[in-house]
Amino acid sequence: MTSCSMIITGGPSDLMPAVSDAVWSEQGTTPDAIEAALRELLAERHAENGGYVPARVLNMMAFVESQWSGEIANRLRGVGRYHASRLIVLSYDPHRERLDARASVAAEDDPKPGELILLHETVIVEIGERHLDDLLTIADPLVVSDLPTLLWSPHGHPEAVDALLPLAQAMLLDSVDEPAWHEAIDRASALSERVYVVDLAWLRSTPWRERIAATFDPPELRAELGTITAITVRHHPDSTMAAMLLIGWLASRLGWHLDPLIHHGETLSGKANAGHDIALCLEAAPEQQVRGLAGLSIETASGIQLRLDRGMGGLRAHRRDGKGNEREWTILGASRGEAGILGEGIRQALLRDPTYRPALQAAQTMLP
Amino acid sequence: MSVAAVSEGENPLVEGLERLPVAPTTLVIFGATGDLAKRKLLPALYNLAHEGALPERFHLVGVSRKEKEHEDYRAECEQAIGQFSRRKPDEDVLKGLLEDIKYVPGEFDEDSVYTELERVLDGFEKNAGEKLNRAFYLSTAPNFFPVIVEKLGEHGLAQHEGTEVRVIIEKPFGTSLQEALELNRRVLDVFEEAQVFRIDHYLGKETVQNMMAFRFANGMFEPLWNRNYIDHVQITAAEDIGIGSRAGYYDHAGALRDLIQNHMLQLLCHVAMEPPVSFTAEEVRNEKVKVLHAIHEPTLQEIPEIAVRAQYAAGHSGGEDVPGYLEEEGVRPGSTTETFAALRLEVDNWRWAGVPFYLRAGKRLARKITEIAVTLKPVPHLAFSQDGSLGVKPNQLVLTLQPNEGVTLQLGAKIPGSRMRIRSVNMEFLYGTSFMSQSPEAYERLIMDAMRGDPTLFTRNDEVEAQWRICDPILQAWSQTPGPRAGGLPQYKAGSHGPSEADDLLLDDHHWRAI
Repeated sequence: MTSCSMIITGGPSDLMPAVSDAVWSEQGTTPDAIEAALRELLAERHAENGGYVPARVLNMMAFVESQWSGEIANRLRGVGRYHASRLIVLSYDPHRERLDARASVAAEDDPKPGELILLHETVIVEIGERHLDDLLTIADPLVVSDLPTLLWSPHGHPEAVDALLPLAQAMLLDSVDEPAWHEAIDRASALSERVYVVDLAWLRSTPWRERIAATFDPPELRAELGTITAITVRHHPDSTMAAMLLIGWLASRLGWHLDPLIHHGETLSGKANAGHDIALCLEAAPEQQVRGLAGLSIETASGIQLRLDRGMGGLRAHRRDGKGNEREWTILGASRGEAGILGEGIRQALLRDPTYRPALQAAQTMLP
Repeated sequence: MSVAAVSEGENPLVEGLERLPVAPTTLVIFGATGDLAKRKLLPALYNLAHEGALPERFHLVGVSRKEKEHEDYRAECEQAIGQFSRRKPDEDVLKGLLEDIKYVPGEFDEDSVYTELERVLDGFEKNAGEKLNRAFYLSTAPNFFPVIVEKLGEHGLAQHEGTEVRVIIEKPFGTSLQEALELNRRVLDVFEEAQVFRIDHYLGKETVQNMMAFRFANGMFEPLWNRNYIDHVQITAAEDIGIGSRAGYYDHAGALRDLIQNHMLQLLCHVAMEPPVSFTAEEVRNEKVKVLHAIHEPTLQEIPEIAVRAQYAAGHSGGEDVPGYLEEEGVRPGSTTETFAALRLEVDNWRWAGVPFYLRAGKRLARKITEIAVTLKPVPHLAFSQDGSLGVKPNQLVLTLQPNEGVTLQLGAKIPGSRMRIRSVNMEFLYGTSFMSQSPEAYERLIMDAMRGDPTLFTRNDEVEAQWRICDPILQAWSQTPGPRAGGLPQYKAGSHGPSEADDLLLDDHHWRAI
């Protein structure tokens, strides 16, 4: 270790709940020194107790503005066991001249005899504008070789994304974060040409997609998929993108042709064609407190209507059959919360969902 | 996509979803107030509900002998879920799960139970406005299995037009070959084999399923996986605990029935089976049955050579003095039940001829571990001097199922220094370090698979019978030998590595791995 570096064992980490940490920091450091410090911290922890073993699942690189790094730390703290094996936070302050870094190797518990406890590594590298041109060479030595790498840039910064993307196999984004949803679709679409995209807006719709799929799974109801006549999707006012992705998913799975949507105040409407017209309506739900979908309704030519609404302890289902009989019940499921969604996003970086990109492409055709 | 294409093909909406849809179902648990229901089934159902994995319409009915009201049973369920769930329950989800639960009290051979059950099931369907699949989970003492199945048949509950009806049967599936055959006959008189889901919860463990991935998704092992390269295989299921409060069951079962006849023979099948053509239930189970058929039924003369049993005596475990088996509460005086069993089996087929498979299972051993150790044959010629080293050992591949699931490959490596000296080192892979997800409980997976109608992880009737054909002669022979006090049953000290008699099974220069 150089004279200005320091290792402290036992202090709390700021990015994950831990009972014990080994922490190192150095001002005016280099990527090589950071990487060497991480190796030393890991060896120390393993020597301290053979039950400590490093997690080796996923690297995550987060490019964040330094003034918001506390908020990002809070969000990442909530992901629990989905914490990346090695999290590299590039904390950006344009005026910074010097490269400073802090590294910690944290364990969530003390190992009991015969038990293994995973170690998670976190590196926070403080960088400035002068480092942007060399971003790749700063981050590259810090990622664990042969592990997939997920890139997240929650505050935009396409120049940083461009620089870091060669290191990543997956890109995490939340397309409802974009101020304008048509820009969100274009950005997600452009990124998905280059890398596997994990979109939190898409993941928030998973329970809705599962339930639509389940409703039409019985063979006697599956034929109704071909006779859908109208869909209404209600969404958080900032989550138009989520509603468009859901319609895009149905369109791409069922072979519909979509027309551009038309604005009517807070509502967007349009139509799809599947040999017959399908009325589409996207409504903002101002009463909805959390991001994502608030409800949806699907109608078929035979008079069947399925309605799903966000409710306590799951989705509230309402179904009207072709004879007009109506029934309501709750489909059980706990809310994952925003921390759960982010954790799911990290986990999804290791999987591949072949339906997102076609849904995105279909959504793009609906742009007014 | 045309309307016809949608209706005739697969559901186009399931692509990309991690959870496949399950048809609306009512699950009926017989033995609903028992230990298994409280500790495993109800927590598993809660966790499935929490994750949104249950069918969109799901109803639960508990059937048990104890007289109680619906509300009382719901309160019991709430308590069990709170106590045994792997996650803290979400109040709203728990309330949603509990509010609809019904309880039907009565003796399992009383017609009134089934009449009431039918009324409850019909009520759910009337309320739902559609017919619901039905799954009957037999979580009772095994002697009730036949009567429940037959009563279900008599009351027309084994079939339900336009829906699927399934019966899930807990282990043990018989306590002998004869009982298993008789139970299969009585079950299959009422249900089709495709409706029957015989639980061996080991098969629901991620670790067992990982064995298939390990063998058939990695090209480097399969070329070595035969008699030309493998010297012998050891499968160990050791527990450090005693029988606890399970004397009533265990004293009539013993280690062979409790672990070897089902779980460990299933592990052996996973090690020895040929690659299935596909991973459909029938193909996988066909391959496992072929392995069981390749193990010949031991003759009475062979049994002393290939099977050892023993019982634990007082000793020390975890730094505490612990009693011997015969001093455990609830154990019959002079019981001859074995708490340790070891077998040497051979799989007589082209791939495995001449390779011994050693199986051992026991309670109150040195520690808890379940593992499969595959020892390769030694290298044909060693060019290195072994002076000053621990010697070059044959490579050993160890698949650990618990407590730390992983794969260890023992390799020879040079000891640093100026001389060419070799010793064994471990190359370790731990599943826990490489995956983020928490494995679901075996019962969560199995309940979902049963409701979905996927029998891959359940035991087929011919598998059960083939397992019994191997174990039944051994049990019969053991039943005719005297007990521990007469010197017919070896003892081992609690907390030890088992009886020294187990060494007699080993061929050549083989030795048991340390527990």
